[in-house]
Amino acid sequence: MNAPANTNSLLERAPVMIRDWIIGFFPESLRWPVGALLAIAAMLAVFGLVFAFLTLAERKLLGRAQNRPGPNRSGLPFFRGTKLFGLTQPFADAVKMLTKEDIVPRAADHLLHFLAPVLVVAFALMTFAVIPYGRQLVAVDIDAGVLYFFAAGAATELAIFMAGWASHNKYSLIGAMRALAQLISYELPLLLSVVPVVMLAGTLSPTKIVEAQANVPGGLIPHWHVFTPWGAVGFAIFMVAALAEANRSPFDLPEGESELVAGHLTEYSGFKYALFFMAEYFGMIGLTGMGATLFLGGWQAPCAFLEFIPSYLWFGVKMLSLILFMMWIRATLLRLRIDQLTRLAWKFLVPLALINLGTAAFWSRTDSWSGPLQFVRWAIALALIVVPFVVIGRRLTAGLAPRTYRYAT
Amino acid sequence: MTAALILIALLILGSTAVAMSLRNLIHSALLLVLSWMGIAAFYLWAGAEFVAFAQVLVYAGAVSMIVLFAVLLTRRSRADLSIAPASLRRAVAGVLAGGATAGVLTLAVLRTNLQIAPSAAPTVTVQQLGLELIGPQVASVLVVGVILTVALLGAVVLAASDRNDGKEDAP
Repeated sequence: MNAPANTNSLLERAPVMIRDWIIGFFPESLRWPVGALLAIAAMLAVFGLVFAFLTLAERKLLGRAQNRPGPNRSGLPFFRGTKLFGLTQPFADAVKMLTKEDIVPRAADHLLHFLAPVLVVAFALMTFAVIPYGRQLVAVDIDAGVLYFFAAGAATELAIFMAGWASHNKYSLIGAMRALAQLISYELPLLLSVVPVVMLAGTLSPTKIVEAQANVPGGLIPHWHVFTPWGAVGFAIFMVAALAEANRSPFDLPEGESELVAGHLTEYSGFKYALFFMAEYFGMIGLTGMGATLFLGGWQAPCAFLEFIPSYLWFGVKMLSLILFMMWIRATLLRLRIDQLTRLAWKFLVPLALINLGTAAFWSRTDSWSGPLQFVRWAIALALIVVPFVVIGRRLTAGLAPRTYRYAT
Repeated sequence: MTAALILIALLILGSTAVAMSLRNLIHSALLLVLSWMGIAAFYLWAGAEFVAFAQVLVYAGAVSMIVLFAVLLTRRSRADLSIAPASLRRAVAGVLAGGATAGVLTLAVLRTNLQIAPSAAPTVTVQQLGLELIGPQVASVLVVGVILTVALLGAVVLAASDRNDGKEDAP
């Protein structure tokens, strides 16, 4: 690879160099499995820590949004009086979760009750394999990586169903049914929002999709998919559908703690509960990572002169800002009702995503337009997507607002 | 390679056999998902990456949901989930129908004069697959699309037959 000098810095190559250094200790026949194990270990360590501190960040942010300090008490074990702004809270939580009693309902389906948390984490972890975290940092570089990602992601909902059904609890079962309905509804817009990217990049491999968004040498404007009309709409649809796929507020109906106690989590305690929690955050990390890869240029720096910052840091920044955005949404929006949730998916997101396919097709056919025609291209592409958005939105909300209260004045 | 194939075959056959012998419908459905995953593993073994992931996405992701939904919505209670054949006649009829289907399929497989070339399996990239589907095979793709759309419209007609215009905020 003959990359430019500034993209070949020591920091950029550090992860690969460390891997090669460790692999070097092993004989030739063992190098491939050792490399794979190293990738798994690194991912578990990094994302385990990210998960731990994301829980803290979420609690702190929600606390701030609700005008309270959030967790700020936990200090260090042997230093009384140190508080560190509650930074050690995740470790205290981990110890608590590990030492709690594991309760299994007597009437539960014991095998499925045990398998569900294991599977949910396993499938969430599987999605990490194909995301390119940096210039050479991808665990498995396969041709159909995007498809693999969504296949593994779709299977997590099955594990949630298993959890809800095995608990032998009516709230859990309702949560499981909701999870199924939600998955069927939001899988479609999620995949449809990705199709334009695959169409325009001409590949299903995440690494090649990132390469398709590379900077023009010396360019100042990022060449990311999100800065095109179809990319912006696709990204918006992707994020909404990703919130639903990750069971995040405002689509956290399967949990719905105020109506369903905690849905599929009701009968889980201790470490199994922690595994579900972990899977939720892993799902969020995976989906935002894929979102950054598909629409925000993956590990690419926004402009060429910023490429001295290592690519994996850019990826981390993009992924974390998307996750923080999700937390912000959780702090702001109310939970939807199940009929509103499915209506939003089928009557709004799916038609928009289909129309967006047409916009993407127009964009790829007019690739040669330049000069003033560029403005025409932008105007037509935007009109193709904004007009249906307004029309469908108007039609769906007709007669719903302003809300009239029958029994209150 | 052959050992892996035998393992995959055992997984598919074993999970399907257990799924058929179990009385609990949910367990059967979940085991069926396992056998579909096994089929996906077989595709991976054969080098058909795209088909394997599509199999997982469609079968484990979507069809399984439909099956589970159908099971949960048609049973009244958990006790209802364990099913036994209603009568001996029914059981015999079921075995006969299943046996006939299996017989036809087996005969079809055995009688087909398949020309197996001894050469190595071709490696087809996803892009080639897509170009093939959009180019020479576009008619079949369109026909499949039309059939699925007709099925979808039929489902909508069936579901929309008993209308009830629930107002959004009826108390």
